[in-house]
Amino acid sequence: MALEYESLNENVKKCQYAVRGELYLRASELQKEGKKIIFTNVGNPHALGQKPLTFPRQVYSILQSILERLDIKNKNELVQVVALCQAPFLLEDPNVGMIFPADAIARAKHYLSLTSGGLGAYSDSRGIPGVRKEVAEFIQRRDGYPSDPELIFLTDGASKGVMQILNCVIRGEGDGILVPVPQYPLYSATISLLGGSLVPYYLDESENWGLDVNNLRQSVAQARSQGISVRAMVIINPGNPTGQCLSEANLREILRFCYNEKLVLLGDEVYQQNIYQDERPFISSKKVLMDMGSPFSKEVQLVSFHTVSKGYWGECGQRGGYFEMTNIPPRVVEEIYKVASIALSPNVSAQIFMGLMVSPPKPGDISYDQFARESKGILESLRRRAKIMTDGFNSCKNVVCNFTEGAMYSFPQIKLPPGALQAAKQAGKVPDVFYCLKLLEATGISTVPGSGFGQKEGVFHLRTTILPAEEEMPEIMDSFKKFNDEFMTQYENNFGYSRM
Amino acid sequence: MRRFVTGQAKNLIDHTRRHHHKTLRLLSLASSDSTLVSSPRLFSSSSLMSGSDSSSSSLPVTLDSLNPKVLKCEYAVRGEIVNIAQRLQEDLKTNKDAYPFNEIIYCNIGNPQSLGQQPITFFREVLALCSHTALLDESATHGLFSSDSIDRAWKILDLIPGKATGAYSHSQGIKGLRDAIAAGIEARDGFPADPNDIFMTDGASPGVHMMMQLLISSEKDGILCPIPQYPLYSASIALHGGSLVPYYLDEASGWGLEISELKKQLEDARSKGITVRALAVINPGNPTGQVLAEENQREIVDFCKKEGLVLLADEVYQENVYVPDKKFHSFKKVARSLGYGEKDICLVSFQSISKGYYGECGKRGGYMEVTGFTSDVREQIYKVASVNLCSNISGQILASLVMSPPKPGDDSYDSYIAEKEGILSSLAKRAKTLEEALNKLEGVTCNRAEGAMYLFPCIKLPQKAIAAAESAKTAPDAFYCKRLLNATGIVVVPGSGFRQVPGTWHFRCTILPQEDKIPAIVNRLTEFHKSFMDEFRN
Repeated sequence: MALEYESLNENVKKCQYAVRGELYLRASELQKEGKKIIFTNVGNPHALGQKPLTFPRQVYSILQSILERLDIKNKNELVQVVALCQAPFLLEDPNVGMIFPADAIARAKHYLSLTSGGLGAYSDSRGIPGVRKEVAEFIQRRDGYPSDPELIFLTDGASKGVMQILNCVIRGEGDGILVPVPQYPLYSATISLLGGSLVPYYLDESENWGLDVNNLRQSVAQARSQGISVRAMVIINPGNPTGQCLSEANLREILRFCYNEKLVLLGDEVYQQNIYQDERPFISSKKVLMDMGSPFSKEVQLVSFHTVSKGYWGECGQRGGYFEMTNIPPRVVEEIYKVASIALSPNVSAQIFMGLMVSPPKPGDISYDQFARESKGILESLRRRAKIMTDGFNSCKNVVCNFTEGAMYSFPQIKLPPGALQAAKQAGKVPDVFYCLKLLEATGISTVPGSGFGQKEGVFHLRTTILPAEEEMPEIMDSFKKFNDEFMTQYENNFGYSRM
Repeated sequence: MRRFVTGQAKNLIDHTRRHHHKTLRLLSLASSDSTLVSSPRLFSSSSLMSGSDSSSSSLPVTLDSLNPKVLKCEYAVRGEIVNIAQRLQEDLKTNKDAYPFNEIIYCNIGNPQSLGQQPITFFREVLALCSHTALLDESATHGLFSSDSIDRAWKILDLIPGKATGAYSHSQGIKGLRDAIAAGIEARDGFPADPNDIFMTDGASPGVHMMMQLLISSEKDGILCPIPQYPLYSASIALHGGSLVPYYLDEASGWGLEISELKKQLEDARSKGITVRALAVINPGNPTGQVLAEENQREIVDFCKKEGLVLLADEVYQENVYVPDKKFHSFKKVARSLGYGEKDICLVSFQSISKGYYGECGKRGGYMEVTGFTSDVREQIYKVASVNLCSNISGQILASLVMSPPKPGDDSYDSYIAEKEGILSSLAKRAKTLEEALNKLEGVTCNRAEGAMYLFPCIKLPQKAIAAAESAKTAPDAFYCKRLLNATGIVVVPGSGFRQVPGTWHFRCTILPQEDKIPAIVNRLTEFHKSFMDEFRN
């Protein structure tokens, strides 16, 4: 056999990605068997019924074909788009104006003019220059500091960007990357694939998943004593799976730490729109860094990531994202560009979604009211769902759960009784995998065991998204509570003995 | 998958047990295994690269501390010459009169729609309807869209769980779309195809990367690649730290692929201690444009089977065949025709929506059909695919459309066929015109483009030109291409970016500029070449 398991790249075998692991596969099987499954394993809003925002989809749809339909074959004629909408054959149908509002058509025209060859042509490998300019303008509006489009690369989702940057940083197992634990397994999986070393720092569950800089120091010192050269630090803000929002003071400490320890900071800020409390609004690492002034603002290297998959957009299926580099030397930027160019270009449709995300309709635009209504509706509902879920978990036996301050997940701790641990061992399962499988079989709720994200030894969690439809939420929490409390009772009463 | 989750936990526990006295707790947590402590190489190398502790002025990431594999890899299709071209294009906007040309013509990359090729209407209609499903409820839509595009959009939406085109899909791609692709492969080959063998990707390139990642552990792992080759292969092998084992295509016999050459190179690599894992074949060829004869493909399949090599079949140009005496045959069909099944040969076939008559490069869609692998290996491929969640849904939809276009009797069939034939016959004409023009130039010989989208002429550069290139510290063919760009605005890629027989010089030129531009390109090229030769002739 030309390719056997044994002869595979060891780094591939080592890599783990639990979000789509055993639980997910079992859930898919059950679904095939006709069982109703509630997929709360991936932050995939549209899959759970969230409707896409209307405006970007309109613009996109127009870009696909309406312009061709209208016989507009090149950019020079595009300026006539709006006028052409008044063309006689369209006027015959009174509905057409309702299908596509004028601002959507105008925006479609605008984006087509930014491309060379429309949506079907490779773009610059860093993304369409005009869209990168819009991203830079968005960052500038958000942070109050200038942003350079030349230092912004568009990507097929944020994950691709993370992989590109880590690929540049990691030379071998001697290079370590500081990663929060619990963490989103993209980081552990990518570090494994690239053959680097993951250096964990623990978030403090009792402090609402707070990030203590003293822990960081300890982690770095320990790694160095192992001969690891720690190169970079990852923060996920708001946190995945932990849902905490970092305070400005905390970010300041982190940046100072990176400055002192000479670490590149990778700021995973994909959930920046998903904030469900008012004490700690989202603040970008870039803004804090610039606020700190020299020497920090000139020397701390920062790469920030964003996506169209999260926020109230939730356009996961488009695979769109960007990263912005700060204080990365030009020759390194060139190397990153070179590697990006091997993949030719990120997909152009998603680049346009990114453009729309960073420059949505403004007050006064025809589509503004609908856009504002839709986006506000989604965020307010998510905020309510975050609360329903946290409260629901906290009402369950042996379950404690921090409030989801941001992002899309709830990460309750499940205190498993010794009887359950033993039953798991007998079944050859990690205890939280055992629990989640039972939960899945009993209720159809598909979650991810905490072990996929890393957790302190002997402590168990699961991750669910807060994305199921609001009206289904009470029922889901009831069915969870019923399962959990029975599970706990059973294993507390059957210490050392399992009937399952 | 079960193994990953439980295996991870097991490792975790084992680790903590084994290394608790070494405080390795912190390293063992989320990465499942770590040979860190036991690796002496680590200590010696890390002491060399503890730059972060020593010099306080240095940034954490500089060119010196980048992954050397990143520094090593090269991708000439978008290299220096393209950068010069982009600068010229910017400058042209304000300095029109400073140049002997008024536009830059990008013949460096197979990017048809950037040069004016129109997308296939039916494909775009379906995509528009799928992306903004509200259209399907509007009565006006029936006047604007063909009826079969509306039917198809409904069918596709029914295949997508929740009709959610904005949701992540299965990491291999939406099952129903993979069914359509498998059916398309079956119709093409006359042999069954399994939707579970299909992995949909953002263009064909990520699939190639994924296979390289799986196959390459170190520089001891080699991949046989054609020379000249599409630099995706050399770049990907370099990024993954493997060894490219070259086999030369024979320019004199129309870029023929000789089995004797494969054998020779394989043995040579083995004698150097390299384990050759796979053979990459690009058919139709890029940059060389040849279409393999079926008999030749049979020999290649037998060779891979005999030598235990994975056959990586880059078949992204399968629709681009321009000569009546050649036909595309997929390697899967050839292998199955020989009676080889799943157990006999590991075969990966790559397909893309960027090429063919569709040319939807910007959509980044593609797939690989993976056959002959054991289930544990396939699980690993799935796992790696899942780290990136899924490929983009528009690309997935297009890939399914490309493999199941309108059929006779459908509303769009006639216009679809007219568009398709129009594009392909025009490409054939352009290929022929350019090839003939190139062959008329002094010292230039050019094989015909039987397929794909490129011509790869050989230029015999005069000694004086080679000397001038050397003093300009550039490869002679790059020197020629830069001169060409500055004189004509035509962007081509030097042969050295694809590798070539040492001492020969080439460039790659796409056949994609619109037909009405070809005569002007021919004139400019001819004029430039004459003056270049006049300047440097021995």
